[in-house]
Amino acid sequence: MRGDQANRLNDGGLIDRSTPLNFRFDGKILFGFKGDTLASALIANGVKLVGRSFKYHRPRGILTAGSEEPNALVELRSGARREPNTKATTAELYEGLEAASQNRWPSLKFDVMSVNQLFAPIFVAGFYYKTFMWPAKFWEAIYEPAIRRAAGLGRAAGVSDPDHYDKAWAHCDVVIAGSGPAGLAAALAAGRSGARVILCEEDFVLGGRLLADGGTIDGLPAAEWIARAVAELEAMPDVRIMTRTTLFGVYDGGTYGAIERVNDHLPVPPKHQVRQRLWRIVAKRCVVAAGAIERPIVFAGNDTPGVMMASAMRSYINRYAATPARRIALFTNNEDGWRTAETAIATGLQVAAVIDARPDVSPAHRALAGRGGFPVLHGSVSGVDGGKNGVRKISVSLTGGARGEVEADGLAVSGGWNPAVGLTSYHRGRPKWRDDIAAFVPDGAPPGMAAAGAANGAFGLGACLREGFEAGAAAARDAGHSGNIGSMSVADDEAFSLTPLWHVAGKGKAFVDQQHDVTASDVELAQREGFESVEHLKRYTTLGMATDQGKTSNIAGLAIMAAVSGKSIPETGTTIYRPPYVPVAIGAFAGHHRDENFHATRLTPSHHWAVEQGAVFVDTGLWKRAQWYPRAGEKDWLESVTREVKAVRSGVGFCDVSTLGKIDVHGPDAGAFLDRVYINAFSSLAVGKARYGLMLREDGIVYDDGTTSRLAEDHYFLTTTTAKAGLVMQHLEFCRQVLFPELDVQLTSVSDQWAQFSIAGPKTRDLLKEIVDPAEDLSSEGFPFMGAREVALRGGLKARLFRISFSGEMAFEISVPARYGEAMARNLMIAGKPFGVTPYGTEALGVMRIEKGHVAGPELNGTTTAADLGLGKMMSTKKDFIGRVMAAREALVAPNRQVVVGIKPTDKARRLRSGAHIIPKGETPGPENDQGYVTSVCFSPVLDQWIGLGLVERGRERIGEIVRAHDPLRGEDYDVELCNSVFYDPDGGRQRG
Amino acid sequence: MRITCPFCGERELGEFTYLGDAKPQRPAADAGEDAVYDYVYLRDNIAGVMSEHWYHGGGCRAWLKVTRNTLTHEISAVEPAAGAGAAKVGA
Ligand SMILES: [Zn+2]
Repeated sequence: MRGDQANRLNDGGLIDRSTPLNFRFDGKILFGFKGDTLASALIANGVKLVGRSFKYHRPRGILTAGSEEPNALVELRSGARREPNTKATTAELYEGLEAASQNRWPSLKFDVMSVNQLFAPIFVAGFYYKTFMWPAKFWEAIYEPAIRRAAGLGRAAGVSDPDHYDKAWAHCDVVIAGSGPAGLAAALAAGRSGARVILCEEDFVLGGRLLADGGTIDGLPAAEWIARAVAELEAMPDVRIMTRTTLFGVYDGGTYGAIERVNDHLPVPPKHQVRQRLWRIVAKRCVVAAGAIERPIVFAGNDTPGVMMASAMRSYINRYAATPARRIALFTNNEDGWRTAETAIATGLQVAAVIDARPDVSPAHRALAGRGGFPVLHGSVSGVDGGKNGVRKISVSLTGGARGEVEADGLAVSGGWNPAVGLTSYHRGRPKWRDDIAAFVPDGAPPGMAAAGAANGAFGLGACLREGFEAGAAAARDAGHSGNIGSMSVADDEAFSLTPLWHVAGKGKAFVDQQHDVTASDVELAQREGFESVEHLKRYTTLGMATDQGKTSNIAGLAIMAAVSGKSIPETGTTIYRPPYVPVAIGAFAGHHRDENFHATRLTPSHHWAVEQGAVFVDTGLWKRAQWYPRAGEKDWLESVTREVKAVRSGVGFCDVSTLGKIDVHGPDAGAFLDRVYINAFSSLAVGKARYGLMLREDGIVYDDGTTSRLAEDHYFLTTTTAKAGLVMQHLEFCRQVLFPELDVQLTSVSDQWAQFSIAGPKTRDLLKEIVDPAEDLSSEGFPFMGAREVALRGGLKARLFRISFSGEMAFEISVPARYGEAMARNLMIAGKPFGVTPYGTEALGVMRIEKGHVAGPELNGTTTAADLGLGKMMSTKKDFIGRVMAAREALVAPNRQVVVGIKPTDKARRLRSGAHIIPKGETPGPENDQGYVTSVCFSPVLDQWIGLGLVERGRERIGEIVRAHDPLRGEDYDVELCNSVFYDPDGGRQRG
Repeated sequence: MRITCPFCGERELGEFTYLGDAKPQRPAADAGEDAVYDYVYLRDNIAGVMSEHWYHGGGCRAWLKVTRNTLTHEISAVEPAAGAGAAKVGA
C-alpha cells in the first residue's frame, strides 16, 4: 500500500505512516501518507515536472512549500468539483485525490506549445500592446482566442459547483495571524491575560517554520514546546484555534476577512457540511505573526524543475521526510540558507557544493563542509543545465572571474527573507526598507494591528518568541485584559548575515515572476521603454499579477528595476498592497446566497393556495406574485389573462394585493404630516374615507403613489407601491424624524401584518355579502365610493374594507390579518362560486389599469412630474409639501414636456410594443425627432386590440393625431393614434355604481 | 465598518443605509427657489470629518447623524438626527 515512494526517508517527519493514501497525478496512481501535501507526496514519488508555464510552456516543478507557490499549480478533483490553479504545496493529500497538470497539450512531458519559446521575442513585456494592435477587429476574433489557447492556467469546471459555502461572523479581543513561534507566543500571552483570542493558521498543523526548522525553546525540542503551548491554549475557554484558515484582509473598524478551508482536505464534504467558510472577524486588536517568505535569486535557468527555495527543501525533508534531490547544491547569500546544507548532511543526503555570494563563511559552516566533504564556492549561480527531468549541472561564476560547474540533481536557493507585509499594508500602508536585513518591514499598520516576529523583520527564534509574547500581551492589555501573563518562552537567536543579491547576469532566461513568465530582461526592457515606476512595471510586464500576487517575485522585480534605473530599492518603492492575501473562491464570498437563495423570497399570504390553483408566478422585487392562473385548454398566457379580465369586467374576480406597502400613521398631527409629504391634502379627509395620494421627491419629480384612508381622527392607513414599500417607509421616517420633529406622529410598517385582496367586478357586492357580517351596510349609500372603514366578517373577524378601484369596476379591497390571508382566498373561492368568481393575477391587474389609464411603475419612472402624469391639478396651492418649490421650476413646467397619453395602433390587428419611439408622421426617426415612447402596453379585451400608454411631447394636446411608433430594436415601424389615456368607462360610472 | 446606534448599540454596516450630508436644513416654505435649489443640489465634498445622515433600517429605523472621517472611515460620534434637518425657527 505504500507504493514505491523512492524519495521517502525511512523515518522522521510529521507524516502518519500508519495511514497510507493513494492518489492520481495525470492518471498515474501514486502513494503518500496522511500529513502530506500533494507537493510533498509528488516529491516522495520522484515527480519533478508538475506543470507547464503560462506563456512559454516551460517545464516547471515545485519551488516552495507554501501558499506563495508560483509553479506547482494543478487542477484538483474532477467533474463539477474540478478546481484549477490549486497550489500543490497547500493541497492536503487525501485518499483518492485526483490532480492533473495544467496548460499542457497533449501531455505534460511532450507539450507542443513549448514552441512558444521559439517565438519568445513576441512574448516580451507589453507584447499584448505591441503585437496585436491592428487591425482592431482581429483582436476578439483571432488574437485573443489564440493567446488564450496558447497561454493559460487551468480550466474551470464549467458546471455549477455542487458544494456549499458558508459565511460567518466572529468577535474577539485579539485575532492572531499565524501560529509560528511568534503567533503561539502571542496567543499564550493574550490568552493568559483573559482576552478572547482567535488564532488563525493557514496550514493544517500549528507551528509555522518550527515544523521544518525545529530548534530549542525553554530547553525543549520545538515539537514538544508546540505541543505544550497548544495544549495550554486548547485548555483556555476563550481561545479559539482555527487551522486551515488564512487571514486575508483587514477592513474598516477592525474587521478581518478570513477563509476557512473546512473540508478541502476531503474528497467531498461530509453531508450537511460546507466546503469553505468565509469569516468576518471583528477584533479589538490584531497581531500579525504571518512570518516571512524566502526570496529567490534570479539567474538563468532558475525555473528548472529541481530548483527550489532552500527553506522549502528543508520543509520537505524535515516535515515530510521527502527528499527533493539526492545530491543537493545550495546557492545562498545569507547565513540562514546554510541550514539546508545542515539538514541535508544530517539526513545523509549528499551536498554537491554550497555557492555562497558572501565574502566570508562562518567557521562552523567551514567545518560542516569539511565533515560533509563538499566545496564552498564563493560566487553565484549563473546558469542551470537541465530540462523537464530536472537539474543536471549548475554553472557558477566564481568571485574573481573564474567559472565553475557543479553536478547536482537539486538546487536550493536562498536570497534572504521578505517579511509578509501584506496585512499590515492593506490600508495603503507603505512598508519601510531595512538595510540590515535588506528587506521591507511594516511601517505602522491599520488601527489596532501590530506585526511581530519574522513578519516584523525579527528573524531569530528568540526574537520571534519575545516579539510575539510582547505583542500578544500588549494587544490583550489594549483590549482591557490584565490577567497574569506568566513568563515568556525563550530561545537563542541565530546569527544573521546577508549580502544582498537579486540577479545574476547570465545567458538564457532568468525568471522573476515564474507564474507569469516575466524575466529579468522584461524588467530591463520596461525600464528602457519608460515604465520605470513600479506600478507601471507591474502593469506593463504583468509582474506580480498572477494568482500568487508576486509573493516570490515582487521584491526581486523592483530590486532589478532599482538597479537598472540607478536608484535605491526604497527610492523605487513597492506597489500598493491589496487584499486578499491568498485567492478566495467567489463561492465563499457568495456563501449560501446563490440560485434560489440569491436573495430572500417573500411569499404573499395566499401563495400556497395560488400554487394549488396552478398559478404562474412572477418575481416582483423579492415577491413571488401570481401572474395568471392558466386553465386547461388555454393555449397561451394571453388567453388566460383575457379570460380573467373578461370575468372581472362581467362578473367578479379577486387578486392578492398584499405586496403593497402598508403604513399606519398615528397621532394628533397625522393629517398635518401627510399634508407635507403628499402633494394633495389629507388633513381635510373625512374619517371613513380614502383618497389617492401622490408624493414627490424634494426635486419635484414624482416619487410614489397610493391610496391612504382615514380610519380615525388620529389614524391613517397609507399604502405604497410594491416596489417602493421600503423606500417610502425610509423617506417618511426621514420626514418625521429629521424634517418635521415638531409633529406628533408615529409610523408603523404593517405591510406584513395585513393580507389584502382586491375584489372587483359588477358582482363584487354579491360576493362580499357572503363574507361580511350581514349587519354591515355595503350599499352605495352605506359604503360609498372611496369609503374606508373597519367591518366585521361573518364569524366575527375584524377586517378593513376600502371601496377603491384600480380596475375601473365596482370594487373593494379587503384587509385581514395576514394569518387569515390564505383562508380568505379559500373563502372567496367558495363564497364566490355561485357568481363565477375568478382569481386574477398581476397581468390582468395590469391590463385593467392600462384600460383605465392609471399610471404605474413605467410612468412613475423617476423623470415625470405630477402634471406629466395628468395629475397636476392635485398639487395643492394652499400648503407646503415635499417637492413643491422645485416642481415649479421652468423646465418641469415647460409646455413641451412628454406627458402621459393613450396610444393605439391604427391597424387594429397590429401588436403594440412598449419601448417603441414616437416620431411625427413624415419625419425621419432619430434623436432630433424623438417625441417620446410607449411605456405600457396590453391587449385590451374590451377594445379587442392592443393599446398602451406613452409619454409623448404635448401628448394631451394632440389627441387624435396619427404618429409613427418606431421600434428599431424589433425592426418595426407602424402608425398609432394618440388618444385619451382612459380607454374604459371614462366617466367612471362603473366604479361608482 | 460598524456604527454604534444610540438605541441599538454597535451594529454592522449592512443594517444601515447612507443618505449623505447632514448639514443642509430644509428651507422655510417662503424661502424661495434659490434657497431650495441649494438645499436640494449643493453639497460640500469633504475630505475629512463630516456629519452624515444614516438610516438604521435593519434595526430601530432611527435616522442618525454620524460624524465620520471620509478619509479614514473613522466614526467619532453618532446621535439621533431628530430635527437635524428641520427648518429654522420662524419658518
Ligand atoms: Zn438602531
